[in-house]
Amino acid sequence: MTRITELPDAGFVLPGNRACAGCGIGIGLRQITAALDGQMVLINPASCLTVLGGMFPIASVRVPWIDVAFPSTAASASGVAAGLRAMGRAGEMTVLAMAGDGGTADIGIQALSGAAERNDDLIYLCYDNEAYMNTGTQRSGSTPSGARTTTTWTGKKENPKDVPAIMEAHRIPYVASTSAAFPDDVFDKVSKARGIHGLRYIHMNTPCPSGWGFDPKDTVALGKLAVDAGLVVLYEVEAGEFRLTGRSKTLAKTGRRATVADYVATQSRFRGMDAQTIAAVQAWADERWERFVARDAGECG
Amino acid sequence: MSDERTSIAMSKPAVGEAGRTGDWRNKRPVLTAEKCSAVKLGKPTCQLCWVYCPDACVSRGIGPEFDLEHCKGCGICAEMCPTGAIAMASEAVHGVCEI
Amino acid sequence: MTGNEAAATAAKLARVQVVAAYPITPQSPVVESLSAWVESGELPAEFVAVESEHSAMSVCIGASTVGARAFTATSSNGLAYMTEQVWWASGARLPIVMCVANRALAAPWNVLNDQQDSMSVRDSGWVQLYCRNNQEILDTSVQAFRMAEQLNVPVMVCYDGFLLSHTVMPVDVPSVEQADAFLPPRPKPLQVVDPADPRNVGPVVMADPRRDGDGVMQPGYMEFKAMHHRALLDALEAVPAADAEYAAVVGRSWGGLTWEHLLDDAEVVLVAAGSVGVQLTLVAERLREEGVKAGVLGVRCYRPFPAAALAAKLAGRKLAIVFDKALSYGYEGPICTDLRAALCAEENAPAVFGVVCGLGGRDTSPGDLADSVRRAIADAHAGARTRATEWLGLRLEGGAL
Repeated sequence: MTRITELPDAGFVLPGNRACAGCGIGIGLRQITAALDGQMVLINPASCLTVLGGMFPIASVRVPWIDVAFPSTAASASGVAAGLRAMGRAGEMTVLAMAGDGGTADIGIQALSGAAERNDDLIYLCYDNEAYMNTGTQRSGSTPSGARTTTTWTGKKENPKDVPAIMEAHRIPYVASTSAAFPDDVFDKVSKARGIHGLRYIHMNTPCPSGWGFDPKDTVALGKLAVDAGLVVLYEVEAGEFRLTGRSKTLAKTGRRATVADYVATQSRFRGMDAQTIAAVQAWADERWERFVARDAGECG
Repeated sequence: MSDERTSIAMSKPAVGEAGRTGDWRNKRPVLTAEKCSAVKLGKPTCQLCWVYCPDACVSRGIGPEFDLEHCKGCGICAEMCPTGAIAMASEAVHGVCEI
Repeated sequence: MTGNEAAATAAKLARVQVVAAYPITPQSPVVESLSAWVESGELPAEFVAVESEHSAMSVCIGASTVGARAFTATSSNGLAYMTEQVWWASGARLPIVMCVANRALAAPWNVLNDQQDSMSVRDSGWVQLYCRNNQEILDTSVQAFRMAEQLNVPVMVCYDGFLLSHTVMPVDVPSVEQADAFLPPRPKPLQVVDPADPRNVGPVVMADPRRDGDGVMQPGYMEFKAMHHRALLDALEAVPAADAEYAAVVGRSWGGLTWEHLLDDAEVVLVAAGSVGVQLTLVAERLREEGVKAGVLGVRCYRPFPAAALAAKLAGRKLAIVFDKALSYGYEGPICTDLRAALCAEENAPAVFGVVCGLGGRDTSPGDLADSVRRAIADAHAGARTRATEWLGLRLEGGAL
């Protein structure tokens, strides 16, 4: 576990970019680029990250970057990987596909599943801010139950899609769940993924002050609170072997430190969530958490 | 266009793509050096302000420094500082924003 | 060999480096052949069996961006599904080559030939070429890589599904040496993907020009589109040039932008793209026996539209009849419209009549085509300068137009 003081000062994400004040993406992206030491090509579809990346002719991130069409992230990245191999350049850089939750769980899932089935040699990282934020906060398959968005005005009825679990079912060599509120965890997981071949999937929960409705100063605090509530779980599945990491590993021993009620009270997207819905989400979260704890303890094998 | 490459859209990296994003903020971070653990110990210690800034506007120095041209004033650094060494001060002084 | 085999053979001769493969009738044998050659080692390419046609073009886009020579093939609804990426590939100025085995678009479902699929993307900024036989498919597809890489524009090689894709014809395959002499390796791409010189390729572009980090004004969206369009116009020279250079190496030419049969003194000119043009040559010969000065003007390069070349060849003729295997619904056949527009300011232009034929694989025999021409001539003799589109070969009651 790399300590924050040991993280490299890579400087690939440049100040003066177009992301919102307090955006979780920048925190994560600084460590993603640092872990790959800029030896990468970042494939990015329409999303908040595209805006952070900058409008022509100025780029805000000092790494090779290819913008691609919304549904196509994984397929475009597969093409880049194939092209680099064909040109004898495969060893020069890591191919990193980086898309939002809409571009991953919804419109991009077909291409992602195809790339995973082929075990194409790339890292796919989903930054999950739990809605289509770039277009103004419409619900996605990743939006949590109870959240108000511009297309779920009275709160989303469904629970979110579990994309890491979907990726696990593809039996790819590495699946991980992390959070931008834990940049050391992000750094370690991307560093580990860098050394593995085949399709590596990383899901990064990314708090969004604009879309979730909280003061930008609380981005990291609320990201940590989500982990403390067991709503976001830090884990990895490496060659089929499951383990909790970081704060989630600690919580498995000590017990969770927060409830769903604690969490939803902090963000205006959950305003109006009634006790029944909160209880239902708590039950859903409890069942998931207990399964993860059991897997970590080896009870599920 | 003499450079054939200008027939495609391809950006070069530079600071300030969105301009002087320091203009976005209502409050700016201010360090009380005596409270900073790095300053007190004379060596790098926690560096949380550095790691949590989404915009890489906080240096890793012993006593962080803030890039006020670009700091958007989100307040994460102040919120996460374990010793309360960073406070967010209002930009408006006598109704005028100053750098 | 079949038309599909000819297309695949061309990709192999061109030393394609990345093949994206997805099946759809009647194109599937193209990717099947390429797959077999990759597995046997005959073709040292990366073969990516994608999960949809949209992803097939996405793979080509990714691979082409980093400098690889990329190829795919599709038809019909596959092309329709791919259409977002068809526009992306050309706007991104990537020299991808794609073969389209022309097939009708659903709904309703139909696996047989017409040209609606490729016509539906004629505006998308690709060079679009139509072949009339399997030899031309092979030769044109090899030429396509050369043209694409010169212009930095993708090239679509179209041929009639089943009529050519599945029909066996004699095809002379150039030697590897001939192919290499005509087609050198792909030059370095416009796009830079290099950690030592990081660039953002294909970002959002604003409406207006904007200064870069060095203070230099850079183009806005409309300037980039003007450059793209200019490259398409440059193809009006590049297409004949590639055909001529290929002929110098291999000894066969296909006419460049257009081809013709019995055109010199023709008063009635039959115009079409693709294999129906070959049937029209039989029609022209039969009509000559009847005393009609008929000739054929084939459109080989449909985009860019060779307006000047067609206008020059049609000057002084009495009647041009355009046979479209596609339709712009609510209006008329696309080649007919484009030709009419190209002639509208010309003095001495013929009357232009349009015929829609062969939709969904409806047979277009030379006999039916000849009758259509006779009707058109009769209408022209009666004084018509224009006429409603004739739908050739509709059969059931109530199906007349």
